[in-house]
Amino acid sequence: MSRPMFDEMNASPSEVRAHYQNYARWLAQQPEDVMAARREEAEMIFRRVGITFAVYGAKDEDGSGTERLIPFDLIPRIIPAHEWRSMEEGLVQRVTALNRFIHDVYHGQEIIKAGIVPADQIFQNAQFRPEMMGVDVPHQIYSHISGIDIVRAPNADGVGEYYVLEDNLRVPSGVSYMLEDRKMMMRLFPELFGENRVAPVAHYPDLLLETLRASSPATTAEPTVVVLTPGMYNSAYFEHAFLAQQMGIELVEGQDLFVKDNFVYMRTTRGPKRVDVIYRRVDDDFLDPSVFRPTSTLGCEGLLGVYRSGNVAICNAVGTGVADDKSIYPYVPKMIEFYLGQKPILNNVPTFMGREPEDLKYMMANMKDLVVKEVHGAGGYGMLVGPASTKAEIEDFRKAVAANPTGYIAQPTLSLSTCPTYVQSGVAPRHIDLRPFVLSGKEVQMVPGGLTRVALKEGSLVVNSSQGGGTKDTWILED
Amino acid sequence: MLSRTADHLFWMSRYTERAENTARMLDVNYQTSLLPQSAAVAQVGWEGLLTISELMYTYTQKYGKDITPRNVLDFMVRDEANPSSIYSCLRAARENARAVRGALTTEFWETQNQTWLELNRMLKSKNFERDPGEFFEWVKFRSHLSRGVAIGTMLQDEAFHFYRMGTFLERADNTARLLDVKFHAVHSDFFGAASELDQEYDFYHWSAILRSVSGFEVYRKVYRDVITPERVAELLILRADMPRSLAASLNEVVNNLSVVSNDHSGETLRRAGKLKADLQYARIDEILSTGLHAFLTQFLDRVNELGGRISQDFLVPSH
Repeated sequence: MSRPMFDEMNASPSEVRAHYQNYARWLAQQPEDVMAARREEAEMIFRRVGITFAVYGAKDEDGSGTERLIPFDLIPRIIPAHEWRSMEEGLVQRVTALNRFIHDVYHGQEIIKAGIVPADQIFQNAQFRPEMMGVDVPHQIYSHISGIDIVRAPNADGVGEYYVLEDNLRVPSGVSYMLEDRKMMMRLFPELFGENRVAPVAHYPDLLLETLRASSPATTAEPTVVVLTPGMYNSAYFEHAFLAQQMGIELVEGQDLFVKDNFVYMRTTRGPKRVDVIYRRVDDDFLDPSVFRPTSTLGCEGLLGVYRSGNVAICNAVGTGVADDKSIYPYVPKMIEFYLGQKPILNNVPTFMGREPEDLKYMMANMKDLVVKEVHGAGGYGMLVGPASTKAEIEDFRKAVAANPTGYIAQPTLSLSTCPTYVQSGVAPRHIDLRPFVLSGKEVQMVPGGLTRVALKEGSLVVNSSQGGGTKDTWILED
Repeated sequence: MLSRTADHLFWMSRYTERAENTARMLDVNYQTSLLPQSAAVAQVGWEGLLTISELMYTYTQKYGKDITPRNVLDFMVRDEANPSSIYSCLRAARENARAVRGALTTEFWETQNQTWLELNRMLKSKNFERDPGEFFEWVKFRSHLSRGVAIGTMLQDEAFHFYRMGTFLERADNTARLLDVKFHAVHSDFFGAASELDQEYDFYHWSAILRSVSGFEVYRKVYRDVITPERVAELLILRADMPRSLAASLNEVVNNLSVVSNDHSGETLRRAGKLKADLQYARIDEILSTGLHAFLTQFLDRVNELGGRISQDFLVPSH
């Protein structure tokens, strides 16, 4: 494969990019054994602190059960301030438009009337929640916490350009790793932070709490905010507990909540206490057994009724999935123009839709060069990376697409940018992405940077932690 | 605070305390068994250990009728199927801690988590077989550390009080069981050790009990005299300044309970207060004349009932 490559650190084997020069100089001075010792130290600390994710049905030989570490790489991903500024503007713009879109879907549906998004793309979507039609939510914000996945790929001139790969508007996770990675870097290499002006991220929980409080229903001035978790066996449990602790609020499970007289209460040692804002880390389907999946024990019976009456806020709102589906993704640039009257600042990856006959024909003919995705898939599953697949795998996918063309989209295989990363044989380039966490409350804001995920397998483009991805600290380098 | 959170804290501390007390009893028995003249004492001790935890049946199911030190140690230390083994207790303590890690200070959580990680490492290495004493010492010190880090770092809010309540309710239970079994072991009901052999036996027996609750030096300091069973009983039941006594444990339970009281916990507090008062105004000769076993059995019932009421009032309310 001789696709053009873009490395975040090295412009060429002999030339380090300007914003990495300070770091590269420092790295060159570090003895091998010291860095090896630091890597071990990091792993030990992560274990002790219990920064783990659960793997269903797995068992470690050391008795730590189903808890795994997400590999942490010592070499940071560095982004210069001017790049971040325009990315940030683009994120504010995109998330603002997405929130407008969701509000529109559940109210006037102007965007359908205008013929921009086809009606069936919305109403046939499993994530569309008819229960939300006409429901007013505070400040018309639906996606309070948005994780926007951004990748960089070289254009024809070899210049790296940022693309939005995916919007995560339901329960995006990973922010705790962003925070813990920074803490770890500062613990292992304090001297680096004296030499480099790295924008801080530690105030994220404050911004999050501010956002959640701002979404409170009008019924109270001093809202009680809680985090709702599926429980300690959920893969992101560490993050739920971490965020609740950092914000100083209760971490509740479905069994702790109950509905009475059209309000939600939690069971406390001093009797029932009313809950005003629920930062839920439970999917829509499990929120309320009386409306959604009836067998769910993770939610609270009657919750949706209270929500629809405006007596409790749920963050993110119910039904945001209608906007982050892969079948809706291709329309986001047009949404931005439609709602905001602006040109999109951040690019979408050019996308072929199986529902469009022209696109489908192209997909079928070029599958070996494309990334084909199931529109409802997540976590790197239900996906074909053409150039990395066997003939048989491609053939299987071709059949699947032919059987259900609307269920698939395809994109050119982006050559995701790489960043030097510690691997078995030393330091080698590995593909990375970036997930900034955008908060929408009274205003749209975020901490500089986000979570950088890295595909540790050579040549792999899949960065998901469930499939062998790791993380890196992300530095926005202030001027 | 959230009832479920309080429940996890309560059980986290109970399991930590239980692991410590099990380690204490095992340790003392193990040390005793190393002395040739007290082999008989040790044998009684191994049996007693299983009786205390009401595990004789489970043990014989698995290991047969032979009660060997090795098997008892294995069963009580590392057997995953035994819910009272040190391994199971520390696992339960850690699981409870993990369920509410957000309610713990970072140091507190890391201490609990580290204990669990190290436990697995220690049991996997052969250190435990080589030197059980060192392992028991480790369990005790992890428990000390856990308590210390809680007192030293936690805000003294409800979470803290439920945590403390669990510790002392469990301790009251464990000390009472220890006394019951150890006093039972002496068939003469400890009055009248006539022969020289019996006297020697008695010395090891009573000093072992004292050492298992870190009470040997305390006893000397308080009584400045030879060890007699009456005083051992008095020290471990009635002395409020002896940190592992029933009286001291109940004082703490009542103190913590009264801080968190709610609208319907009045009766629970009254019963806890009454139990505390019964100890406060009791005399050891009265207790002994009505029978120690009867007294302790009743005490255990009342402690157990108290645990149930605390659960109902605070931890698992029907709302």
